[in-house]
Amino acid sequence: MHIPDGYLGPATCGFFYAVMLPIWTVASRIVKKTLKAKQVPMLAIGAAFSFVIMMFNIPIPGGSTGHAVGGVLVAILLGPWAACIALTVALVVQALLFGDGGITSLAANCFNMAFVLPFSGYTIYSVLSCRAPLGSGRRVFAAGVAGYVGINAAALLTGVEFGLQPLLHHTAQGQALYCPYGLKTAVTAMAGMHLLAIGWIEAIVTALVIKYLQKQAPDLLGGIAP
Amino acid sequence: MKITTKLWIGIALLAVISPLGWILPAYFKAGGAWGEEKRLTLWRAPMSDYSFGAQETKGLFPYSFATIISAISGIIVIVTVIWILGRILAKKGDQGV
Repeated sequence: MHIPDGYLGPATCGFFYAVMLPIWTVASRIVKKTLKAKQVPMLAIGAAFSFVIMMFNIPIPGGSTGHAVGGVLVAILLGPWAACIALTVALVVQALLFGDGGITSLAANCFNMAFVLPFSGYTIYSVLSCRAPLGSGRRVFAAGVAGYVGINAAALLTGVEFGLQPLLHHTAQGQALYCPYGLKTAVTAMAGMHLLAIGWIEAIVTALVIKYLQKQAPDLLGGIAP
Repeated sequence: MKITTKLWIGIALLAVISPLGWILPAYFKAGGAWGEEKRLTLWRAPMSDYSFGAQETKGLFPYSFATIISAISGIIVIVTVIWILGRILAKKGDQGV
């Protein structure tokens, strides 16, 4: 889901930097108010886990690959704002150190995977697990559904971002300057891949880790408010 | 064993098997993720493509080894950054809101 450089036009890139700056600012403020020092190791674990899990490219019928993100899991454990920070750190390290994801498209990637993904997943989880006991099966199920929805929301948005480029940025002759694929192709490819395959992997990974923590460290599932 | 220790062991295991992340696609002859083929090199990342310059075609082991080193390096950098951010952002001791 990492958008490389050269796929998004400058206006799109600029737009997402403009959108992410306030989001990062708010995230820092909220995390500063709510994150306890003893939770910082979990934040590091969350960011590291996302980073390493994004290295696993899963081949999909049709010949492309995708990867899980783990962002909903971090949101469930530490709240969506902390997840935003953790995922941003992972994405920045991937882009700067490993060239995974572009620099101009870094804010767009953060918007998709460090904002939309954890927040939509966290919302679904909160609603579905509402008042369920910490050790209940309902929480595991809610985590799975949340993971599925979160990654698909991010994937759909990524498809839209790709697909709008030929419309927004083209030569006078109509040739696309950046991503050459239109909305129909881009959205179908991204959504299809994630609805049919990657979403399930994210769901299973998220649910399994929550289930593991229910046995090993249920107090971690208390979570913190936003 | 503390839960954080157990989780770090889990992450270390994932780092060790990270070569599967390129071996599986190569085995199934799957291409890159949709739309992730490079179009523009604006930035020369020091450890591009998690491979330290090792070639996929030159052999399983050098490339796998490079992938594992990349995973470990990335984790170390991330932990360092989060530790610094934690010092700036987190409240000392147990006083949360």
